[in-house]
Formats: sequence, structure tokens, C-alpha cells
Amino acid sequence: MKILINLLKTPAFVVGIGLFVLTLLMAYVFPVFYPVDTITRVGMPYMGPSAQHWLGTNHLGIDMVSLLVKGLRASLYVGLLAGIIATIVGTLLGIYAGYTGGLQDDIINLITNLFIVIPQMVLLILISSSVKEGRSLALIAFIIGATGWTWSARAVRAQSSSLKSRDHISLAKINGTGTFGIVVKHILPYILSYVFMVFIMQTASGILSEAAISMIGLGPYDSVSLGTILNEAMRNEALTDGAWWAFIPAAILVTITAFSLYVLNNSMEGVFNPRLRK
Amino acid sequence: MLKRYPTLRYILTRAGWYLVTFMVAVTINFYLPRLGTSNPVDIIMAKVGAGLDTEAAKEKEEAYLKEFGLVELDKSGEIIRNESGKPVRTPTWKQFRNYVLMVMKGDLGTSFLNYPKKVGDMIKEAVPWTLAIQIPTIVLGWIIGNVLGALAAYRRGVFDKIFMPFSLFISAVPYFAVGMILVYLFAIVWNIFPAVGGYAGGLIPTFSLSFFSSVIYHYVLPFFSVFLILAGGQAIGMRSMCIYELGTDYIKYAKWLGIKENKILFYMFRNAMLPQLTGLALSLGLMVGGALITEMIFSYPGLGMAVLTAIQGNDYPLIQGCTLLITVCVLVANFTVDIMIGFLDPRVRAAYGGK
Repeated sequence: MKILINLLKTPAFVVGIGLFVLTLLMAYVFPVFYPVDTITRVGMPYMGPSAQHWLGTNHLGIDMVSLLVKGLRASLYVGLLAGIIATIVGTLLGIYAGYTGGLQDDIINLITNLFIVIPQMVLLILISSSVKEGRSLALIAFIIGATGWTWSARAVRAQSSSLKSRDHISLAKINGTGTFGIVVKHILPYILSYVFMVFIMQTASGILSEAAISMIGLGPYDSVSLGTILNEAMRNEALTDGAWWAFIPAAILVTITAFSLYVLNNSMEGVFNPRLRK
Repeated sequence: MLKRYPTLRYILTRAGWYLVTFMVAVTINFYLPRLGTSNPVDIIMAKVGAGLDTEAAKEKEEAYLKEFGLVELDKSGEIIRNESGKPVRTPTWKQFRNYVLMVMKGDLGTSFLNYPKKVGDMIKEAVPWTLAIQIPTIVLGWIIGNVLGALAAYRRGVFDKIFMPFSLFISAVPYFAVGMILVYLFAIVWNIFPAVGGYAGGLIPTFSLSFFSSVIYHYVLPFFSVFLILAGGQAIGMRSMCIYELGTDYIKYAKWLGIKENKILFYMFRNAMLPQLTGLALSLGLMVGGALITEMIFSYPGLGMAVLTAIQGNDYPLIQGCTLLITVCVLVANFTVDIMIGFLDPRVRAAYGGK
């Protein structure tokens, strides 16, 4: 509770959470007032913004605002799912490596460092292009999560490795608590705030990765996402035709969503880590 | 023996590590695309095989199987057949061995899309463009970002108050969004720079003045869209590093001694720079990925475009060639930064010096 009050006193946190809530409202509450329809062709291709269609139409004549709402939902979904997967994998590996140390630590560390150096983009391209058929939103989220855990593993490992030699861990060991018990009761609570921050960053990077991979043309087949909107705009000459409404709003939406999470993470760092407060 | 040359020892250790990473990358590059069920030859056959009668189609298919090393060959180069006359397929591990041998020779295979063009030749055309964008942006962005960050930390005041929020925002904006916004502003609204392409459509790449000026004219927007983000991100990191350094005892001591301001600034810069260099090594992979997308937005004729066309045309050898090359570039860049750290950081010499 105290943490929450402290957080709400931080201007950056308020800005971050405000922007993020705004994107949620746009994805889930706004459609109540605006008829969302991503199937019907309501006008000419690349029709400019009008009172009826606030952001005009895309290359097929489908209402842009409807596409953006659907796309935002998909992007949030992929980001959250990828964030959850990457955080869980990274945290488990990080804690295991950091707490046990020794050979296991060396091996996990080696693998983590390997996959940090090999660009995530390369892995995403290779995996996504091999599953040409049936690339669903969930599968894309899974691929992003499975290739993006390295950062969280490294961060969590450093944290839990420094916790390992604390006195309360030794006391728990003397008391006969098992490894599992120590990790759950005596390590996790200390790094929980940290893990939460990792989760926020992973979600942001999941949203960005989805946009990037969809822009290349390896996005989901079954739904609209902000990335696929950008991909269609690029493929159908929106950039050279000057149809700004086909790509600028989607690019800005991705930016706002990722930026809000980024600001949230930054502000939490100040509150959770008192040493940074000045 | 090497104990007497700690920097050399450090460099050799790093080189060994990158060699292991390279081998893992080659393995991943071979096996990941084969996770899917699609067989490359089936994909090409679906495209070229239409309209051919069964006999001609079969002949063509076998020619492709041979070309892509999917069937066993005897010494004279003929396809080995089993009793029913069907070609004997090469097991995956053997294909992998052949792939590694080919890569070692610098052969990246044959493109599906532009058959019988070699992937290596197609990439050779793209690489100079990509290097022309990435090396200057990374080097200049790093230097300018760090200098501005250090200044913001040292001078504080109005400069810091305006500059920092701007950097914070710009560094959080994804590469593609910056690219698109620049296209919108400079190409659509003000019409100052061209929206897409590496040079004007009618020109043929030659060493002429008109071609060069066209290249530079088209270079501005993609350059700035990568440069801005990079410099912004580096500036933020450098600023907080410098603020930390300014609070340390050695700076206070230097001030009390009355050492010139410029010299103190230099001390601070040198110490704050090292973590920034390490940070650069770690984030190179992310930067390169982002810059590739920027190329795609501007239809810049580099590796990013090659990847895009390869993906749109299901050209697996070209995809694999590009991803391998990107990985190798990132590894080489990382190794270069590591060597620089080896020369600049006295702690490395201490750690590898044995004493």
C-alpha cells in the first residue's frame, strides 16, 4: 500500500500509467461508442479522414479506426503473453543459475550470453519463416517470448546471485529448509519487485517485436495487428502515395504503448530501488 | 607464457568465445528453418512445376534436388537410386555437414527466387548499402550521444532540462516509427527529401557525380532515423554515468587540488565511457535489427530489403544467407568492441595478468 502511494507521488509513474490506461480504454471501451467493422469496405481505397471515418480508409477501403482498435488489442495481447513467457523462463533460469552457482550457473550463463549476442531479430525471422502455415497470434507471442528471455535471465541471475550470500539464507539453510523453500520464501520476495519490472520491459519489447516481425511480413495470418497494418501500408505504397493515415496512427500507437511501459518501468526503478532516489 | 601479455590473452579468450558462438549460430541457421514441415523443393516445384507433364516435372524436380544437395550422389555426380528407382534422400546430418563445408568456403547456396543466381552474389550487392548506413550511424551516434550526455551532466542548467526529456522520448520510440514519421514530415508534408529508395529511379549505379549526389540525397532520412534514436539512448546512459562519476572522491579531490576544468572533464569522460562501451557491445544486436527495419521502410537497397524480398518470395536460401551474414556482422562488431575494451580497461589487464 505504501509502495502504491509512493508510486502515485512520482510524476513519471502517473504519466506512464495514464498513457497505458489510455491505450486500454482505446482498445476496449472506445468501441462501445464507435462501430468497429474490419470487414466491410466502407469507401474508396486510401480515402482521407472525414467526419464519418476519422482516419480514412486503408488500401481496401476498410475503416482505419476500426483496424487500429483491433490491431491494438492484438498487439497488447501478444505483448502481454510474450512478456509472461519471457519473464517466467528468464526468472526460473536466472534464479536457478544464480542460486545454485557452479557448473549449472556456468552453462546457463554461457547459453544466455550466446543468445544475447545472436540478434533476436535473426531468430524471429528464422523461426517465423519456418512456420508459414498457421501462424496465429498466440504462436507469435510464444516465439517472441521464447527468444526474448535472455535479458531477464541475466538480470535476475545477477540479483539472486548477490542474495545468495546474505545471512538470512544461511539461517534458513541451518534450519533445514530445502532449496525450493529457500527460493520461494527467501529469494523470490526480495526480487519480486525486480521481476515485475522485468515483466513490464518484456511486455514493451514484445509489442515492439510483434510490430517488427509483422512489418517484415511474418505476422499473424488470422488477425489484424498494429504490425500487419504497417506492413500492408508499406506494401501498398502508402508511403509514396502520401496516405499518412494508413501508417502514422499505427506507428504512433505502438510508440505510445511501448513508451508508457518504458516510463512506468523507469519510475518504478526509482521507488523500488531507494539508492537511486535523490 | 601468455601471462606476460594479458591483453593478448584476453583477446584470444574472447576470440575463442566468439568462435563457439559462430558455430552455434551456423547450427541454428541450418536447423531452425527445417523445423517447419515445408520442403524447399516442394515449394519451388509448386511454382515451376505447374503446366509441366509428369515426366518433365520429375526431371526438373530431380535437377532441383541435386542442386540443393537433398539427394545422395555417386562419384560421377549421378543420383543414387534405390530398387524402385526413387532418388535416395540425404540424411539431415549429412546436409548439415555439407552446409557447414559450403559456408566455410563462402558459398551460401542458390537462390530460389532468382534461380540460378547465387545467394552470395545477391548479398554482395546489398552489403555495401547496409554498411554505409550502419557503421556511420553507430559510430557517430555513439560519439555524439556520449559527448552530449557528458555535457548535460556537467553543465546541467537549461541545456540539460530541454535536452534530456527529448532524448528520453526519442530513445523510447521504435526505429520504424521514427522512420515513418520522418517520411511523413520530410517527404510528404514538406517534400524536401525522397520517401524511398537508395538513389533516383532512372539512374544506373556508376561512379558519376549525378549518381553520388542522388545517393547522398536519399541517404539523409534513413541515416537520421537510426542516428537520432541511437544518440538519444547513448546520451541518457552517459548522463547518468557522468552524474555518478561527478559524485566520486577522485573528482572532488581533483577539484580541491584546483586542476583545470577541462582536465577534470576528461577524467570523468574516460571513466564513464567504459561502461558505455560495454553497453554498446551488448546492444549491437538490437540496433542492427532495428536498422534493418529502417531499410525496409525506406526501400533502401541493403540487407533489410534483401530479407524482405526473400521472405515475400519464400526464398529460404536467401533468408538463411542474410541471417547468417547479419549474425556474423554483429559478432565481428562485438569482437571489435571487446578488443577496444581490452586496450582501454586496465581491469582487464589485471584480470588476465595472473597477478
